[in-house]
Parts: sequence; C-alpha cells; structure tokens
Amino acid sequence: MKAGSFEWHPARSADEAVALLAQYAPQDGRVIAGGQSLVPSMALRLAFPSHLIDINGVDEFAKVRVEGGELVIGACVRHAAFHVTVEPGPLGRLLVQVVHDIAHYPIRQRGTFCGSLANADPASEWCLVAAVLGAKMVARSARGTRVIPAADWFQGIMTTALAEDELLAEVRLPLLPAGTRAGFYEFSRRAGDYALAMALVSWRDDGDAMRDVRIGAGAVEAQPRRIAEAEALLEGHPFTPAAIEAAAAAASAAVDPLEDVHTSAEYRRDLVGTAVRRAFAQAGS
Amino acid sequence: MSAHGPSSLKHGERHNGDANPRRKFVGQRVTRLEDPPLVTGRGTYVGNLNFPHQLHMRVVRSTYANAIIRSIDTSAALAHPGCRGVWTGADVADIPPITFRPTSIQGLEPYRQFILARDRVRYVGEPIAVVFADDPYVAEDIADLVTMDGEALPVILSADTPPGEFAPGLSTEALVLRKNFGDIESALKNAFKVVEVDVQVGRHSGVPMENRGALARIDHSRDVLECYGQGKRPHAHRDAVATLIGRSPASMHFYEGHIGGGFGVRGEIYPEDVLTCLAAQRFDRPVKWVEDRRENLLACNHSREQRHVVRGAFDEQGRLLGIDAKLWHDQGAYVRTHGARVPDMAMGTLIGAYHVPSYRTVGYVRMTNKTPAATYRSPGRFESTYACERLMDAAAEQFGLSRIEIRRRNLIPKESYPYARAMEILDHAVELDSGDFAGLLDKTLVDIGWEKLLADVAARRAKGELVGVGMGFFMEKGGLGPVDGAKVTVDTRGKVQVITGASSIGQGVETVMAQIAADALGVEYRDVKVIHGRTDVLEYGIGSHASRATVMTGGATRMAALNVRRKALEFASRHLVEAPVEMLDIVDGQVVRIDRPGEPGIPIGKVAAALAPSPATVEFGNPGLTAEGWFETAGMTHPYGIHTALVKVDPDTGETKVERFHVAYDIGCAINPMLVEGQIVGGVAQGLGGALFEEFFYDERGEPLSVTLADYLMPTASEMPPVDVLLTEDAPSPNNALGMKGAGEAGITGVGAAIAAAIDDAIGIPNAITRLPVTPQRLKALLKRHAAASK
Repeated sequence: MKAGSFEWHPARSADEAVALLAQYAPQDGRVIAGGQSLVPSMALRLAFPSHLIDINGVDEFAKVRVEGGELVIGACVRHAAFHVTVEPGPLGRLLVQVVHDIAHYPIRQRGTFCGSLANADPASEWCLVAAVLGAKMVARSARGTRVIPAADWFQGIMTTALAEDELLAEVRLPLLPAGTRAGFYEFSRRAGDYALAMALVSWRDDGDAMRDVRIGAGAVEAQPRRIAEAEALLEGHPFTPAAIEAAAAAASAAVDPLEDVHTSAEYRRDLVGTAVRRAFAQAGS
Repeated sequence: MSAHGPSSLKHGERHNGDANPRRKFVGQRVTRLEDPPLVTGRGTYVGNLNFPHQLHMRVVRSTYANAIIRSIDTSAALAHPGCRGVWTGADVADIPPITFRPTSIQGLEPYRQFILARDRVRYVGEPIAVVFADDPYVAEDIADLVTMDGEALPVILSADTPPGEFAPGLSTEALVLRKNFGDIESALKNAFKVVEVDVQVGRHSGVPMENRGALARIDHSRDVLECYGQGKRPHAHRDAVATLIGRSPASMHFYEGHIGGGFGVRGEIYPEDVLTCLAAQRFDRPVKWVEDRRENLLACNHSREQRHVVRGAFDEQGRLLGIDAKLWHDQGAYVRTHGARVPDMAMGTLIGAYHVPSYRTVGYVRMTNKTPAATYRSPGRFESTYACERLMDAAAEQFGLSRIEIRRRNLIPKESYPYARAMEILDHAVELDSGDFAGLLDKTLVDIGWEKLLADVAARRAKGELVGVGMGFFMEKGGLGPVDGAKVTVDTRGKVQVITGASSIGQGVETVMAQIAADALGVEYRDVKVIHGRTDVLEYGIGSHASRATVMTGGATRMAALNVRRKALEFASRHLVEAPVEMLDIVDGQVVRIDRPGEPGIPIGKVAAALAPSPATVEFGNPGLTAEGWFETAGMTHPYGIHTALVKVDPDTGETKVERFHVAYDIGCAINPMLVEGQIVGGVAQGLGGALFEEFFYDERGEPLSVTLADYLMPTASEMPPVDVLLTEDAPSPNNALGMKGAGEAGITGVGAAIAAAIDDAIGIPNAITRLPVTPQRLKALLKRHAAASK
C-alpha cells in the first residue's frame, strides 16, 4: 500500500492548472484536490498517475457562492462546507441533510464536492443531488470553458463527459424555489459506508397537488438518475401515504440494479422502494 | 532461573504462602500504568523502529487460489537498480515448514506451510517470493515486477462438501477428530425428543489495529540475532524460529515493544516472520517488514468458519440425556502453528455449562483454498457456544418452555463442582474447577430488570416494532498452565521491578502485575515497574494467549513478590531490627513491627541497600533484594457468563440494530474490574462483528473479496450499543490463591448466540437464524421467504 512514484505539480491559479493539465494529461496526469478516492487507489496500486496537478492552492476554487439563481460550488470546496447551510433556502437545508451521510467526518474535511462529481461513483451522494436537481458542470481546459448538463455528464460507472485535459472547475446547482420540500435517505451497512441504495426526492405543494416532483435513486444503477415512472404517479396529485407507497413501488420496479457478490439485484430493488418512501418521510420544508 | 536458598517458598505453601492475601490494590479500579506513552504519541511499535542500513522486505503473493507453479520470473525484479535481492522457494529450500505446537494429534505434518511456496500455491496471498530494497516504496515497485506462471487447478472453497486432493495421494480432509463419553446411542434411543440444529459461523478473524511486522538484525557486540515486534509468545516463538533458521535459541532474542492488539492472530509465527529473521542472518543487515492492511486481511490467520449439526436427546422434562454433534472445520490452505486446536476446543467446549450425561462428537478438519485459519479470541468457543445455544433455544421452543427454564433444568448444579467430564481438551482432562451458574442467572435477571425488559419489549411489539431479546450462556476456559515464572527485584530507592514472560498486547498486563506484586510485597503499585515480552531478561515465559497471563504470570509474580518479602523480613530480622521475623511486616514500602504501630519503619530501599553484595549478605544466603517465583497449576480455570442482547430489526432493510447488551461474568477474582470491563466491552465489539458484520468473502474462483476495511466490515463506534457489565466473584478458582480465572475472552464468547436468539425473538420466527453473520440482505431474504411461506 505504497503508491508508485509520480511527479507533483502545484498550481497557483486556474489558468496554471489547466495549462499543467494540458501538458501532463497525455502522460497519465491527473488532477488532485481532496484525494479521498484517488489516494487510496494509488496506495492500493489500482491507479498509477505519473503526474498529479494539485489544485488545492487555487484560491478561486475554494469558494461557494450564489449567482444568478444558482449555487456555484468551486472545485476545492470540501464536503464539510455543507455542514452548515451555504444558502438560506431549501437547497442549503437539503445539502446539510445529505452531507452527513457522506463517509466520515475526517474524510468530509478533505474530500470535495466537485471531486465526487468527477469521480462519479455510483454511490456518490453528491452525484445523486446533481442528477436529480439538474446541476450544470463547468469544465475548464486550456482550450476554453464549456458547461455540461447533468443529463450528459454521467456516462456509466465512474465515467463522465469530462475530457482528459479538462478539469471540473465548478458545479452549478439551481436554487430550489421557496416552499420546495426535499428529502434524502440512504441505507448502508455501517455509518459512513458506501450506500447500498439511496433516494432523493423534492416537490412543491401547490394547494392539494404535488408539483415539480423529482424522485431519484443512487447506488443502484451505474449512475444516479431520476425515475420518471415514479414521478408521474405523484405529479399533480395530492400527497397521501398510498400515493407515496405507489411511487416507491414504481421506483423499485423501474430500476435495473447492479449486482455483486455482496448485494443481489433483488435486495437493491427492495431497498430502492424503502429509500424512496423514507426520503419522503424525512422531507423537510 | 535458580532457586534462592532461604527465600524460596516450599512447594506445599503454593496456595497459602500468605494465609490472608492482602487486597489493597488487588480488586481496585486503579488507572493503567502503561497508558502515558500510548496516549501521548510515544508508542514504540515495530513500525516506529529503524536501524541504520536496514533493508525493507516486501512479499510477493500468489494471485492463484490453487495452482502448480510452472515458473516464477524474477529477472525484471533483479534488473531493477534498487533491488538488493529476490528469493523464491528455491532459495529457502533448506528451511523446513513452520511447525505447530506440541499436540498428541497425529497426521497434520503434511499440511504445514513452507515460508515460500515450492511447487504449489493453495490460496491467494500465499507468499511466493520476497524482494529486498533500501526503501519500502522501491521494494513494492520491485515486488510488482515478479510474476508467476501457474497451471490453475480447481478450487475447494467449503469444508462441508466432499474432500478433494491436497497433494497427490493426500486428502483435503486432514483429520477426523472424535471425542466421546457416556452412551449416546442409548440416550438417542430413550429420548423423549431429539432436537436438531444445523448452523454455520462465517469466516472472520481478529483484525488488530497494528498490522503484523518484524524488524530483525544481528547485534555483533553480543553475536545475537534480535527480532522486534513479536508479541504473544516471545519465548516459545524465539525457540521455534531459531530452530527453523538454524540458530541456537540462546543466540537469538525476541522483543515485543508496544503491540497494537493481538486477538490470537497477531504474534503467531508466520512465513514473513521467519523470512525477516532469515534475511537479517543472510544479508547481515537489519531487515524490516511491515505488512499493509490488504496483506493483513489476505495473509494473517482467518478463523471461525465452521458448520455444526447438533442433536440433543432430551427426556420428558427437557433435560439433556446426551448430545451428538458433528462439525466441519474450514482450515484454509495450511495447518499453522495451532494445529487442530480450534476444532479440538470447539468440540471440547460445545456442551458448555450443561450437565450432559453422554456426548459424541466428530470434527472433520478440511483444507480449502483460502487463507489458513487458526485461533481468534475465544477460539472454538464462539462457534460452539453459538451452536449449543441454538440447540437450547430450539429445545425451548419444542418443549414449550421459556428459553431460561430449559437452561435452568440443564445447568450443572453448584454442588457438582469440581465437575469432571470424561474427555480432554487440548490434551488436558476436563474438570470445571468451580461454578454457580444458576446463581449468576438469578443475579443477571435482577441486574437487567428482566420483567420490566420483557414488558417493554411486549409493549413495543404491540406497536409493530420488531424487537427481541436473546441470551447466550457460556463456559469459558482460561489459565492454562502448566508453569510460569517471574523475578522481582527491589532497588535501593525502594522501586520494584517485576520481570515476567508475559506479553502485553494492550490488555493491561503491566498494571495487573503491579497490583498483584504491590499487595504481595507491601508497596505502592505505582512503584512497580513490569517488564514483559523480552527473551533476554528471563529464560522462560508463557506469553499472553488464551486468557492465561493474569492467572499464570500473575501467580508467578505473586510467588516471586512473596519470596522477596520473606527475604526482606528475614534479613531485617537478623541484621536491621531487634525483632523476630513473625513480628515484622512490610506496609507502604516500609519494614515495620506489627506490635508497634506508628513506630517509624525501615524503607525497603534501605533493606535492599543493606543486601548489597558483602560477606554478610553472601553468608545470609545471597545478595540483593531479589527473588524468583514459580507458579504451577494442574488444570485450567473455567470462568462462565451470560450474554443478553436487545435488538431491533428493520423489516424493510433487514438491518439489525443492537440496542442494549449485557454481560454477566463470574471471573473468580477481578484484579482490576475496570480492566476486566474494558476487555469485555472490546470483546463484545468483536463479537458483534462476527454476529452481524464481518465475513471474508471469496468468489467462485477463490479470489478474496474482503481485502480492505471498506469490504471487511468491522463494527465502529456508531454500531456499538451501550454495554452493561455485571462482574461477580462467586466462584473463585481453587487452583490459585487469589481465585483468578481469566478475562480475555469473556466479552466475545456468547455474542453470536445471544444476537441470533434475539433476532429470532424480534422477528417472531423460532430458530430462524442458522448462519452468522446475520447480514441485512440475508435477514431480508429470510423474512421474504417466511412471508411467502405463510401466505
């Protein structure tokens, strides 16, 4: 568990970072921010980057701000930043709820929001948030900047639309309108473990009907996604236990779960229904 | 050690050298003496040690689960500029396989492991080569360059399927063990009911926080090969490793330093330990090896994987007439240092705390293509207690008795102790030394608030919660002898040094020995310095394993301290005080006259100074305020206890949450109840691991899947329930003066049994749990099957 040798290139600015990446990406160069996934893979010798572009010294990446109706999260913003509300609306409160299920306290001090998006682990909480809320990923390279919507970002297990010479400079999450209710639930074997299934839901109550219903599942398929079959059962309908139960069942039926030696598809499918039901039960206003 | 003339206690005084043992520190919750360096970052683990010019050794491990080695290519490794050497099996062909402890069990020799594989590999992780470099990173780079070409063979991954071939002409069924007494056939024939259970425990093990490691070098000033990082049994293992590498034991010394947990697995002799010592000898340079966590989970001993089929023959009242038990023991790829001790103990202890007139048991010890298995805290007993208690729970159900009542009817009565069984465990005749199990049960029910607990559970169930209670009764064993020695010396400032052959693996040996020595001698316990885990200061030592250090080393420490006390008093009586020895005592480090309380005494440091070498002290017997002491015992001690768990099952996820855990334990004599409680709570945590979380998985090709701590799930603080401990001292052991019985394994033995029973109770399905660990997925599947069957 000792990493292979590599060269370390500290970047002081975003421009320097993308220049270094342009130079070293073709030679197995990788960006490192929090390193909470990359470093263990290197220690296990599952990853052998020859060059690490260290962006921890780039001040502009460390900021989280609200801009144009979006929460803008810089590349080096740590998970722990969300232990408190970063904005006063429903989104800020949802992120506080979600962050406590991410790994353990020490990991949250170091790991980054954008790093989770770039790593695209199927069980990443932030990836589920991005998929369900429709985040925009801002990719920078020496060639320029482009914005990638969540729908295009995830391309399978730990695979994204990010090009080799691009770094994920920021993620933009749309603020949730006042009155939005959102809930999150995940099931894992132990506190802090990767989830076996998770669900994120949000909606607004419009008189007697639920509006803008979003139901997403993570840690189940290769990438997190919204489940239209379940959303359709609730959109425009009143919030009732029976309706939620039906949506949970629909979500459970709709997923095509990953299977491994530890976890069967059937068990994951059962957990999806439970996660959806409990996400609704835990939804705050 | 040599006997000391006038100070030596006679053999017959073994149990009453001090007719009324003083208990100023013994029995007190005094703080641990060993903690200051550990909590201030000054620990001296083997990883912290370095010698100039040392080499780092890295092991290359098999990626095949079962294969014939066609070739191992070391050319790329040897060509690396940092490479200082590469060995394969051919380079260590002169080293015999690692032997196991003396045993009367025959036939295991062909199943021993060589330090590097020769023509076959039998598990993923088996050492096939070692490389040496000046830097541990470079060593790992070089190790990656060694490749093996193998001819893969079919793998055997379970012990309860038909045996295959270990080697040409040699079955994977290494051994069939049998133990019998009484007439089991009549019992089965005459039984009112025969109750059967078929239960399994999954493969898991102790995972110490400190990985294995060793640092060996030759100290040319003494011409001694030293090896650091060796806890558990330094003396015995020094002798064994010396023999393996062709040195005389006297030219080799082991030192343990600080040890980050043992649990039975760390401190055994592994191929890597032998290789490190051999390399230091061959290179004549210090050689350091520290494994990483992946290696630890791949190559350190596994344990526990057993299937038990147990049949109990009961009379009309639910009293046992006999037990007929089979077990299948998954030994893994090789027989290691413990030989067949685990199945032997499982078979010997399965009938536990119960009066069983007849018993027949057979154990199939079978080799598989998995990491070798051996002892882990409460070896054999975690498994057998679970199996026996599953039987008792099943019997309760079938007889319509409460789970407590069926046990009450079968407990060995207090007046039957000492209670002999006509069989042996580890070549020792079984005699349960003392006990009052029914008394402990009564106290347990009071301490738990049993009636209220049951009422609370009933009320919550009525609201739809799946909550339940379960118990696990267990008979432990500890204090296995036969003999241990210690040496106690008082210096001229009155400070006391105790040299022991025990090993400190975190359990508090230093504090406990200091308490015992302080009371026996008559000094403050903080003035006692305890040395342990070094072969160069004491010729013999028993180490720390199987709950024996407090009993054995504690017994020896007490004898040595009493000898020093007697020597001090005899010398003082003759040369320093005008009083007969009977009128003298040592109190708070001063020799005082019993008949003149309040009169100033003579500090024992002054007695020690007066005993400095001189014609007078030679004439007295021998100089120095120092003495040795030996403790010997014929039998084991048998502490016993009851575990009680309150659990809640989540029917949607299948998750089991342990809400409360209670351990009642009769320890005979608790030298330091705080340390005993610490041992128990730690044991409970590990027991929960085996009951709910921890399992080494393999895929169908024998590829291990649990090689990081993200895949091998140990319980964390978040999963731990509050643990209440009820310590009793109602049945002191008659085998030693203080009545001690041992504490190391009390926390873990009954956990699997109690959790399984509690889950049964919570889900309302009798005998539902037949396999540990009870993972959420398995429990969810069980609930779904049951729901489908009830429709």
